[in-house]
Amino acid sequence: MAIFGLWVINKAGGLVYQRNFGDGLPTLTSNEYLVLAGTLHGIHAITSRLSPTGSSSGVQVIEGESFKMTIMLTPTGTKFVLLTSVTETTADVILQKVYEVYADAVMKNPFHTPEMPIRSDGFDRRITALLG
Amino acid sequence: MSYPQPHPRFSVLSSSSLSSAEHLSPAGSSARFSLPSAPSINTSVNTPKPGFRPNIYDRNLNKSRTSEVSAAAFAFLFSEVVQYTQKRVTGIADLERRLNTLGYRVGTRVFELMIWRNESSSKMPKREIRFLPALMLIHTQVWKAAFGKPADAIEKSVENADEYMIIDNDPPLTRNVSVPRDMSQLSCSSFSAGIVEAVLDGLGFPARVTAHNTPTDTLPNRTTILIKLERLVLEREEAMKQ
Repeated sequence: MAIFGLWVINKAGGLVYQRNFGDGLPTLTSNEYLVLAGTLHGIHAITSRLSPTGSSSGVQVIEGESFKMTIMLTPTGTKFVLLTSVTETTADVILQKVYEVYADAVMKNPFHTPEMPIRSDGFDRRITALLG
Repeated sequence: MSYPQPHPRFSVLSSSSLSSAEHLSPAGSSARFSLPSAPSINTSVNTPKPGFRPNIYDRNLNKSRTSEVSAAAFAFLFSEVVQYTQKRVTGIADLERRLNTLGYRVGTRVFELMIWRNESSSKMPKREIRFLPALMLIHTQVWKAAFGKPADAIEKSVENADEYMIIDNDPPLTRNVSVPRDMSQLSCSSFSAGIVEAVLDGLGFPARVTAHNTPTDTLPNRTTILIKLERLVLEREEAMKQ
């Protein structure tokens, strides 16, 4: 039961926010994170066309041996990705709350440019309060 | 093709936008008192259909006394106001002054409506003539009317006798605003400062009102509205003591 990291990917596949929680995570360069986010965006686009029964919203969970990746797609195409331990069961609920914080602290902030990296003290503060 | 006369609706719109541009111009504070005359013309242009929702000017003012507006919708509107204003200014001081001017126009209306409602509800409506009760009125009544809660504190400056402060620990107006580091002096609460300035002007206490960020560790959004009274107010207060 642990949260390892949070990514926010814009509708073009660019990583606009990335944050790690807790220690022990391998340190990647920002370039590597950008590549990862772009790749995930591509995978998501492909998986949304794989469904045998009509339209699909794409991949929602990717599970590894030691971690789980939960992906939430918003109606506007922004993706929230939460990296957690495999046993974490509340990732969906947390992602909904992150979305709420994003709507408040990012979209209502007059100094934020849509689709650009998120640099907002208010967002950082509220994410810290939410995920520690 | 020629248009001998513009459509009346367009002429109304253009004249109202002209006069609002006038309000934003840095011509001086006296220009703020004239209000655009467009709405009254507008009402005659719109021919109301039967069963049509009554015009906002014809509705009962007391009906909306307890109704609330969506904070989220207002947050988006305010965000757009700041972005719009920011595109048309040269610096932080200019931006704050324009937000103040916009707030001033809201303040005159808040004040008028508040007085009107108080008059119709209380048996002894009164007008504050001393400064401290007037400040209390702003701290509780105006704040409640505009933001739904009273402000958190009133302070008097130790150094300057003409300075008073209203403190809000988490102003609802700027709750979602994160100012970038390179503009850290900017306080979007200049809009609220404009409201306060309008109410003080309306009560007969001319003052210069500005907003400042005064964050603490536990209250990152804490804002101080600084009121710098004009000398004549202090002189009058002094004279009324005797």
